[in-house]
Amino acid sequence: MIPAPIVDLVSLSPVIVLSLFAMGVLILDLFIGKDKTVLVFLSLLGLFLAAVSSLAKGTGPIYSFSNSYVVDTFSIFLTFVFAISSALAIMLSVSYNKEQGIKIGEYYSIILFCTVGMIVLASSADLIMIFLGIEIVSISLYILAGIRRTEKRSNEAALKYFLLGAFASGFLLYGMALVYGATGTTHLKDIASVLASSEFKTSPILLMGVVLLVVGFGFKVASVPFHMWAPDVYQGSATPVTAFMSVGPKAAVFAAFFRIFVEGIPNISDYWDTILCIVAVITMFVGNLGAIIQDNMKRLLAYSSISHAGYILVALIAKNSLGMSSLLFYMLAYAFMSFGAFAIIIILDKQNGDNLEVKDYAGLGFKHPVIAVCMSIFLLSLGGLPPFAGFVGKFYIFSAAVKEGYITLVVLGVLNSAISFYYYLRVIVYMYMKEPEGDYQVQPSLAPFSLLVIGIAVFGTIELGIFPGPVISWTMN
Amino acid sequence: MALFMDHLISWMIAIPFLGIIILAFVREEEKIRWIAFGVTIVELLLSLILWGNFDFAQQDMQFVERVVWMSTFNIQYAVGVDGISILLVALTALLCPLCVLCSWTGIKTRVRVYLSLILLVEGAMVVVFTALDLFLFFMLWEVTMIPMYFMIILWGGPNRIAAGLKFVLYSLTGSLLLLVGILGLYLNGGHTYDLLVLTEQTYTSNQQFWLFLAFFLAFAIKMPMVPFHTWLPDAHSEAPTAGSVLLAGVLLKMGGYGFLRFCLPMFPEASADFAPSILWLSVIAIIYGGYIALAQSDLKKLVAYSSVSHMGFVTLGIFVFNSQGIQGAVLQMFNHGITTAALFISVGILYDRTHSREISDYGGLHKPMPKFVAFFFLFSIAAFGLPGTCNFIGEFLVLVGTSYVSLAMVLISIGGILLAAAYMLWMLQRVVLGEPATEVAKMLPDLSKRELATLIPLGVLVLSIGLYPGPLMETMDASVIHLIQQTIGPEVTELSQLQFGP
Repeated sequence: MIPAPIVDLVSLSPVIVLSLFAMGVLILDLFIGKDKTVLVFLSLLGLFLAAVSSLAKGTGPIYSFSNSYVVDTFSIFLTFVFAISSALAIMLSVSYNKEQGIKIGEYYSIILFCTVGMIVLASSADLIMIFLGIEIVSISLYILAGIRRTEKRSNEAALKYFLLGAFASGFLLYGMALVYGATGTTHLKDIASVLASSEFKTSPILLMGVVLLVVGFGFKVASVPFHMWAPDVYQGSATPVTAFMSVGPKAAVFAAFFRIFVEGIPNISDYWDTILCIVAVITMFVGNLGAIIQDNMKRLLAYSSISHAGYILVALIAKNSLGMSSLLFYMLAYAFMSFGAFAIIIILDKQNGDNLEVKDYAGLGFKHPVIAVCMSIFLLSLGGLPPFAGFVGKFYIFSAAVKEGYITLVVLGVLNSAISFYYYLRVIVYMYMKEPEGDYQVQPSLAPFSLLVIGIAVFGTIELGIFPGPVISWTMN
Repeated sequence: MALFMDHLISWMIAIPFLGIIILAFVREEEKIRWIAFGVTIVELLLSLILWGNFDFAQQDMQFVERVVWMSTFNIQYAVGVDGISILLVALTALLCPLCVLCSWTGIKTRVRVYLSLILLVEGAMVVVFTALDLFLFFMLWEVTMIPMYFMIILWGGPNRIAAGLKFVLYSLTGSLLLLVGILGLYLNGGHTYDLLVLTEQTYTSNQQFWLFLAFFLAFAIKMPMVPFHTWLPDAHSEAPTAGSVLLAGVLLKMGGYGFLRFCLPMFPEASADFAPSILWLSVIAIIYGGYIALAQSDLKKLVAYSSVSHMGFVTLGIFVFNSQGIQGAVLQMFNHGITTAALFISVGILYDRTHSREISDYGGLHKPMPKFVAFFFLFSIAAFGLPGTCNFIGEFLVLVGTSYVSLAMVLISIGGILLAAAYMLWMLQRVVLGEPATEVAKMLPDLSKRELATLIPLGVLVLSIGLYPGPLMETMDASVIHLIQQTIGPEVTELSQLQFGP
């Protein structure tokens, strides 16, 4: 007889709270008029409560639902990262949606549902839960990518993302099935203990499954060679959605990636470690070299985000406790700097996607010095220059990798940081050096929420860069 | 008072940053200039107080301060000075007020930003030269790059964007290698970033080889040693005057300082293994830099290439591992900071008047600008190390040190000094002597009081160090001996035991 699973609603509380709020937003949307501001506040409240409720269980790893759901520092920290990134995305959307005429209340509720998926993903200790989480996240993102229904590019983005994403989910599921077939279980802990005995290690079914998992996850985090969708989707989506996609969901998928590879199948790391090293290196190179030739800011940041996926993969390859904590730290740091950069793109964005070219930033340094300084901070931080968060994040990741002896990987990563400066500096050069073509017309739309996002992002980028101590000790727990 | 004296270095670090904050709230340009000048003067006074209270007899770090910063990584805020770093701190503090002075009229746009960048470089440099924690060292090492980059691209010459980019990409490659080296050191040296602890450890030959290579390349790019020097002529010639002064005067010294602080004491075996090739590279740099300088038609480029040549003497002196060589190298760093800064400021004074750096645009300056010519002459002869000027002492000591190792190198290096005399005198001949080329050239105004105030201190230093280098030598004596003991064992103090031919 199968024992009934232990139902532990307290550890599930962030998911429950957020789902309730998401549905509440959905229902309330029916009763209010065109002004959706109240939904914004409701969503922010939901995110806040979800983040707080994640602390209810303490920090020790607590397994529930037949060991398929786990609350530990990893998941709690990521819940906070998700809550912050979703909140930033929602705040950024307020004025953007008004200007672009996106009057859909479901928008906010979908972001919340997506966040639910992300939390599930970060907290799952079972292949099936992971798949469930990935699907919740992905389906929400397909919708978000196509939220500007009348826009051609937006439709292209959604369709492309959906078709390729569905394929990737197929790969992922197939990989999981093969791993299950080889080990006889879907629990990550059990998979690890089965693989501890040597006889299963070289089973071709298992290795095939691992390769398919790499393909599936590789697609979801946009690592090379599965990155083709990213620039188009990032460019086509509404900018707040792009910012959101490049941070929260990516962090969530990385969390699951980490859980499976480092907690589930570390015993066969000899087999997957080389694959991931190669993927990490080409991801960094393709991302950075691709970004050099971009003229569109959103595409530039899309390629930059591809290269950052490469750096994060290095943390995963290190597969030690430093690697885990550096991954967490980097996620938070990346959330701040990426949202900051996107926030500035948004306030300079005009209707119909004007003002998105790098050359539109010419002269910004003199007309709007504060905005230009903030943008410089975000770009320098993305490049990994002290005293900003990006530097500490990279430093941390590279220390984790060096500790495990991946010197070549670190040297290549470091070299890539140097390459990346070329395109980050190019934007700065445009802002301060070039004269605008014709009259200077860019009029930033300084909505209070957008300014708040920029303020938070600047604060986070500098704070994590100079006093990373408290956050690091939290992630080390 | 205790709060002041016990935290003297922290005050020196804080004051430039406080200055930047004050500048942010001042509106009038004139006031901004005076405040920036005041801040740098306060910094100079602090550095003199530091020097005055420094105990010459001690070989250990002094004025040490330690505060835990990131406990998980054992990262501290730790600063302190020894006989070598105090000279470089003093050099930084000395040059910055002159940088503010020499950009008084030349810089007309965005004055506040410009002066804030100078202060930022100053604060960061003080940390770099005093840091006793590798993380802190690296962080501020990187930070020095940003203000320099902006100084080049915002106020530089016609090719400033390309020059700035080249500067950043070279520096970044170097500093990222430095990062790899530091991480490697952290892991092999017992998971600490504490410089003193790491220096005490011994490392296996294999570890030494790789770590040395990483550190060496980083410092060689910064220094710059031939063949990593190609960023320097562009960056120097395109940067505004104060930028060139800071680059040549202070930033290049980070490379030499790095060799002395990291490579030698931590990786003595690897240093000895690499020394022959490094020495030959230095000799090549001396000759090559001088030879290329001879061919320059641009005043700033000429000075820039002469820097390459002078930096060759520094590496030469460092890697002969004896007290004469190393003392000579440190003196050469200090003196090069003074003479090259003086030359760049002089060229800047000319540029402010004519907006040209071409040698062919000048001629017969002795008629309209006699006072200027007197100083320019002094700095030029100092640059090729005429006895009685400061550079002579440094180069002489380096050559004495080298003579224990290889006479051939000494002879070739003397050739480099001759080349220096050739390019400097030839340049003087074309710029100063003869008849003024145009009507405008005849009307050039001589030095203003402000310009005199910039050049006089430098002129006094050039001569006084040249005639009486004693105080500088005493300051670093104990530390240099200690460094040599760390590098090649306690028994050796005088002659180098390293011999290799020819």
